[in-house]
Amino acid sequence: MSLNAEIRGQLFNYLLRHADDRLVLGHRLSEWCGHGPMLEEDLALANIALDLIGQASLFYKLAAETEANGRSEDDLAFLRDSAEFRNLQLVEQPNGDFAYTIARQFFFDVYDVLFLEQLSLSTEAEISAIGAKALKEAQYHLRHTQQWMLRLGDGTEESHRRLQDAVDDLWRFTQEMFVPDELDHTLTAEVIAPDLETLRSSWQESVEQTLREATLELPEDSQYMTSGSRGGYHTEHLGYLLAEMQVMQRTHPGAAW
Amino acid sequence: MESQPHIRDISGNTALDEAQRVKRFEERIQAGERIEPKDWMPDVYRRQLTRMISQHAHSEVVGMYPEGNWITRAPTLRRKLGLLAKVQDECGHGLYLYCAAETLGVDRSDLTDELLSGKAKYASIFNYPTLSWADIGVIGWLVDGAAIINQTPLAKCSYGPYARAMVHICKEESFHLKQGYEIVTKLAQGNSAQKEMVQESVNRWWWPVLMMFGPSDSDSSNSEDLMRWKVKLFSNDSLRQRFVNGSVAQAKAVKLTLPDPDLRFNEESGNWDYGTINWDEFWQVVKGHGPCNRERMRMSRKKHNDGRWVREAARAYSARHPEK
Repeated sequence: MSLNAEIRGQLFNYLLRHADDRLVLGHRLSEWCGHGPMLEEDLALANIALDLIGQASLFYKLAAETEANGRSEDDLAFLRDSAEFRNLQLVEQPNGDFAYTIARQFFFDVYDVLFLEQLSLSTEAEISAIGAKALKEAQYHLRHTQQWMLRLGDGTEESHRRLQDAVDDLWRFTQEMFVPDELDHTLTAEVIAPDLETLRSSWQESVEQTLREATLELPEDSQYMTSGSRGGYHTEHLGYLLAEMQVMQRTHPGAAW
Repeated sequence: MESQPHIRDISGNTALDEAQRVKRFEERIQAGERIEPKDWMPDVYRRQLTRMISQHAHSEVVGMYPEGNWITRAPTLRRKLGLLAKVQDECGHGLYLYCAAETLGVDRSDLTDELLSGKAKYASIFNYPTLSWADIGVIGWLVDGAAIINQTPLAKCSYGPYARAMVHICKEESFHLKQGYEIVTKLAQGNSAQKEMVQESVNRWWWPVLMMFGPSDSDSSNSEDLMRWKVKLFSNDSLRQRFVNGSVAQAKAVKLTLPDPDLRFNEESGNWDYGTINWDEFWQVVKGHGPCNRERMRMSRKKHNDGRWVREAARAYSARHPEK
């Protein structure tokens, strides 16, 4: 990449955000392995987790190359603390019941497809390549979660209630996905990164449509909306997730696995 | 075989009595033919295969717990992906085998009920805990290694759907074995804590793995029919011996010690003689009194109960939207 040092530094931070989203969400989904409502769903959730962690791996690798400071992809994943993680608060939320996991995944997947469609147009070839590969996977994820939104929303009284509760609870985490900060603005201007604000209306439209079809109510926007994830501000849950995920690397510094 | 077309017809021919049918059935097997779902088969054969295949399916599914225990703590991204994919494979094997069992006229949900009620068994090895990362390597190397030795012959067993499932499953198991041995190798060449971790793991798993081949031939019931019907092709002890012979060299290659002071090469037989297996422990675990039997059953039941409302929702939805 023939970018100046300042842009490179920003790009590193940008790549970390999107790597962290995928690692943390993939990790959450991997917690389902063996505990899903049916074997078919164990397979499907593991598949999505594998895709997301695989994507995280690609983003970290490129981030490490961009930083060019001797850190590896594993160093970036396993040796940073909660405040250094830049993932959305949405993806670190605990799994809850199956409805909660599906609603969380659905909100992310709708965003992710829109985001990756744009990212695959990045003027940076390596970034657009990751975007294009991840997009194919995200489209499949969205199809899967959309199906479950309908089945649970329009299934039984219990599944409807559980999913509506999940949607209501998770709504507060959805708006910050579309709030660009300084870093986004800089990279959008360089045509490296998508303009997040342009994704918002498509996301809203798509989510509203599925909720309607699933006979669910759209939550009100007036409630507390989270912010600050991209600056390292998180919910209480991320610390525990990282403590578990990083335990081997932290306990055995420098060991090869 | 010249008489094949006739034999294929016998399922619809009520004039043949049971003894004649059994005779034809056994002739087919002797001739190396595969028995397929719609073919006539003795009830005992059907029951035995249903038991074997469903037990195998249950083992794959329960086997997700001990290894799944380390997915969230795998030390690198690559290991995390590898382990998650492996446990996912096991889930796939479970599904595949339940389908094979269903060709014998049983229902997957009934088989699951039998597992959850404690009536059906699963491989005892999964009632042991995974206590360190090294266990993930050692399970791949030794547990999957033993499973491959047990299962490879089954790819040639007389029941078509099971034999075909085994071809597919053994391919993936061979990959797991490779992956497990690679983890073990890495630890054995690592720092002192890693070396200690992997040796401690081998010490814990070795004897339970030897028990995976089942009781000694002298104590193994109804083996004779199974051998004649090519449901079982080798005796427990011969498979166990094959495993021990292979493992000694593999352990030596990575400078690990197998925890058996009686292990020595027998010039006469060309085999590695091994010490006495603690069969009391084996039967205790089989009867439900192993270190993790309660946990594994509790998790299996929890999975089933927690998922009930989801399965009901899916059914209700597809009843209301038959087009989807």
